[in-house]
Amino acid sequence: MSEIQYAAAKSIKDAVKLMAAAKGKAKILAGGTDLLVQMKSGLQAPGVIVDVKRIPEMVSIAEKKGSFTIGAATPAAVIGEHKKLKKMWPGVVEAINLIGSTQVQGRASAGGNLCNASPAADSVPALVAAGCVVNSQGPKGKRKVAVEKFNAGPGRTTLKPGEIVVSLTLPARPKNSSDAYLRLIPRTEMDIAVVGCGVSLTMKGDTVVDARVGLGAVAPTVLLVDKAAKALKGSKLDSKALDAAAAACAAACKPIDDKRGTIRYRTKIAGVLLKRAAAIARDRINGIEHKSH
Amino acid sequence: MAKIHVNTTINGAPTEFLCDANQTLLEVLRDNLGLTGSKEGCGSGDCGACSVTINGRLVCSCLVLAPEAEGVKIDTIEGMADGDKLHPLQKKFIEMAALQCGICTPGFLVASRALLEKNPSPTETEVRYWLAGNLCRCTGYDKIVTAVLDVAAEMRESAR
Repeated sequence: MSEIQYAAAKSIKDAVKLMAAAKGKAKILAGGTDLLVQMKSGLQAPGVIVDVKRIPEMVSIAEKKGSFTIGAATPAAVIGEHKKLKKMWPGVVEAINLIGSTQVQGRASAGGNLCNASPAADSVPALVAAGCVVNSQGPKGKRKVAVEKFNAGPGRTTLKPGEIVVSLTLPARPKNSSDAYLRLIPRTEMDIAVVGCGVSLTMKGDTVVDARVGLGAVAPTVLLVDKAAKALKGSKLDSKALDAAAAACAAACKPIDDKRGTIRYRTKIAGVLLKRAAAIARDRINGIEHKSH
Repeated sequence: MAKIHVNTTINGAPTEFLCDANQTLLEVLRDNLGLTGSKEGCGSGDCGACSVTINGRLVCSCLVLAPEAEGVKIDTIEGMADGDKLHPLQKKFIEMAALQCGICTPGFLVASRALLEKNPSPTETEVRYWLAGNLCRCTGYDKIVTAVLDVAAEMRESAR
């Protein structure tokens, strides 16, 4: 007989209380697309499962003065249907919508993708490029942290005991801004990134005035590549600037060799994806649509 | 350990069941409620054979915990036909032999219905991406995709 318990938290406070009471034995259930698989394979054996999907704040998207706050357990499909969010952050939304199949999209969440802490998580490079802030709450109150500082390593977050991720905030952004996310997979769908790259740009005319670059699957955690952003800033995305930014991406890579890709391949692809994603972000600023698929 | 009492709606009928905290919805559908149309292929959300909709949203029932069913509306393959009257997708799958062994078929049908409810005129590419989470190991994708496109066209025609 299983000793496991299920609790549907009614509020964030309630969820925090349940987490704290379980003394490290509880797991948050958002979409469950990682947790249930890990439980079945024996990687996780929680004593208490705390379902947070009955908490309205955790499954909805709120806009305030141009800034969007996405509830941590909001299903990817719901995020993909939010027209305003998609218009403002097409790269973030396309990254979230690349996770798994239609069925997985019906459940998987950006908060879950982040907390699962895979270096290859699709949504995270785009969130890093977007300058996303992670809002968490624990027994000692609320806390905000930049998304690129949230994870500590593969499968490890910086959440303190009893703390849960409540939502993700994307900042308000100036006019003429857009973003893009690209990943390399050997198939066309339903796969894990060999490399993932998110780029967010703000332009004035044809000159880049602000840029952020996030790189996934090339290090233990998703990287914010400041040097690549610096190479793009002030440029007209000419080949010299793009080459310099690609070189900065390659230099930032600390990947592993595995069945999905070698160190050499991943390092090369990082720069290639950066160039392509930057071109898509620029196109979007100029009103040229790019569909992810 | 006490069982959890869950009140839900399955294929329009109020339903209640008792389950363990870590039982999946698929296990309860099949083992507790005798609704064996939903199949277990992989048990890890990769194959789509256990597809159902929850409040209209397509999901893998193997990745849903049974207690999560409290207060929601679940639709399974068993609710697709109206008595003896098959759903147009079911008829078309038979007519075009869009199946071989049949294990993946309930999942494909439930997923295809969810697609046509959301998008009555999908392109072939849209059908293929929507159904990318439904695996057929007898390699019947072309017939399945053609069947879905045909039904979409027929349903649009009859809705005129």
